[in-house]
Amino acid sequence: MKALLAVSRAIDTVTEFIGRRLSLLVVLLVTVGFVNVVLRFSQRFFGRSLTSNAIIELQWYMFTILFLMSFAYILKENLNVRVDFLYTNWSARRRAWVNLIGHLLFLIPFCLLGMYVSYGPVMRSWGLLPDGTFGTWEISPDPDGLPRAPIKSMLLLAFVLLLVQGFSEIIKQLAIITGTVSGEEAARIEEYHAAPIE
Amino acid sequence: MDLLSSLKEWMPILMFGGFFLMLCTGYPVALSFVATAIIFGLIGLGLDMFPISRLLSLPSRWFDTMSNFTLLAIPFFIFLGAVLEKSGLAEELLETVGILLGPIKGGMALAVVLVGTLLAATTGVVAATIIAMGMITLPIMLRLGYDKRLATGVITASGTLAQMIPPSLVLVLLSDQLGVPVGDLFAGALIPGLILSGSYAVYSLAVAYLVPNSAPALPLSMRQITGGALARKVFRALIPPVVLIFAVLGSIFFGIATPTEAGAVGAVGAVFLAFANRKLSWKLLRDSGESTTRSTGLVIMILFASSFFSLVFDVLGGGKLITELLTNLPGGLWGFLIAANIIVFLLGIPLEFTEICFIVMPLLVPAANALGIDLVWFGIIMAINLQTAFISPPVGFSLFYLQSAAPKEITTADIHRGALPFVLIQLAVLMLIILVPDLSTWLVDYLNELNRARMAGGN
Repeated sequence: MKALLAVSRAIDTVTEFIGRRLSLLVVLLVTVGFVNVVLRFSQRFFGRSLTSNAIIELQWYMFTILFLMSFAYILKENLNVRVDFLYTNWSARRRAWVNLIGHLLFLIPFCLLGMYVSYGPVMRSWGLLPDGTFGTWEISPDPDGLPRAPIKSMLLLAFVLLLVQGFSEIIKQLAIITGTVSGEEAARIEEYHAAPIE
Repeated sequence: MDLLSSLKEWMPILMFGGFFLMLCTGYPVALSFVATAIIFGLIGLGLDMFPISRLLSLPSRWFDTMSNFTLLAIPFFIFLGAVLEKSGLAEELLETVGILLGPIKGGMALAVVLVGTLLAATTGVVAATIIAMGMITLPIMLRLGYDKRLATGVITASGTLAQMIPPSLVLVLLSDQLGVPVGDLFAGALIPGLILSGSYAVYSLAVAYLVPNSAPALPLSMRQITGGALARKVFRALIPPVVLIFAVLGSIFFGIATPTEAGAVGAVGAVFLAFANRKLSWKLLRDSGESTTRSTGLVIMILFASSFFSLVFDVLGGGKLITELLTNLPGGLWGFLIAANIIVFLLGIPLEFTEICFIVMPLLVPAANALGIDLVWFGIIMAINLQTAFISPPVGFSLFYLQSAAPKEITTADIHRGALPFVLIQLAVLMLIILVPDLSTWLVDYLNELNRARMAGGN
């Protein structure tokens, strides 16, 4: 159990590292969004628009990376909204059982399913042809557009990160159930800070 | 009809039931969608109702979310609100308006309504707005001897306006689900939103004047500020955010910028305001970025999970079943509207708006279309309804937010009883919007006409 907890801690560190960097991405996204508007409005003064599809697409690429990479972080930080009128009154062990069973039966299979169904479209985007050879990768249909394959691959990566974080959560729930961690440590794992959205 | 085939027919209804049972276990909402989809997908597979190849269409649903320009507005607007809140500008705004309006009877309540409306128009986050107003104005109102129910009610109701007054996250998500332009929904929501805040103001003043000592004025002796300092405060804390709000909304309404672009410019504008007030720091940007990451990620995670849910639900015949049920209701259009309102109101009490948007709207929209209902009008009705659910005792979310910020002498019962008159006001406004569709559609038509004329004239 101790060894498993060390694995879980290592996973948490990586997830946290990625998650914390995302706030920087938000600042960059706002900057790119602003630059895009400025360039689009430059049309009024220069007679032609200085923005390009590359910048417009860069915005949604950054947005996509932002939320796809946040899934594992949200799971780790226990931010997901819960309907908790029963949940809060249960013992820590009972709550851990709910999460353990849920993650084992649903979260892990969902990640595997997500990876399985996305693998084909992502590989086709990289140019995989039916005969097993690679052609050209998928590029935005608009002039100056960005290649699509890397951003589609992020979907696959998101499921991998979520899967790995799922394992870490399972280990932590097991630790609570078996009593390997002290009450204080269990409370820290369980700390439920659902960020209310609007 | 034998048991098996009627079971198959009612499978979607069972799936909904299963989802609510799953929610009751306290398992995260996003993952409850996934859980229900897996369980009922497997049952469907066993009953030969669910061709497994249908799952292969999931990635294309997800790719659509990734490249959705409407949803891209979400991080911009959240960041805008987060910067104003975390830089303390929102707090200062509240303080300034409180000092300005305090000396009249019911003035503090009026200040809460006004600031609630202003913050709502900067994409205020409901929880943050309520907590801030609860911490700053509630102690003052109690010291003045305000009626506890009026004081708490006006805070919960005004803080929840952020859902209704554009630019709002609810409206962005609704527009995505309804398939109408965000700009139209924003324009449609403006007048109803202002009617709501106007009604709150009228109600607060009415109580202040009709019930003796329910809302005393702030004695001038408690106002420790000189005229000059007050004027400076107004120029620094009140006017700049108001200008920012008008710039963002104006550029959307007059077709100068798309809502997404306006959001990006508004976010930079908020950073600039923080800078002008010497509040800009790396920490501010990081913290605002962090809360943007969390809120955006949560919303999209629920969206991703619910796409899986709705795919399974559709394959099991759910969409068809619900549309049939809704369009065949007695009373036609009115029957549908009443049913839709009841469904959304009831679901809105335990669920967040995001979940409702993603599970209920896809079911209601085809029926609304079939009945020829104006979707902007319908969206506004749903938004007001959701907002009412948010402040409805005993489990409306806003009530919990205020509870977490309220001083000890405020009981849960105070908050619940305080919210009731505002729930009634909301229901009255909801009726008004339903009976007079022009209130939500007039501005949309007017602006579209105006922008079309300008386009034609400009080229």
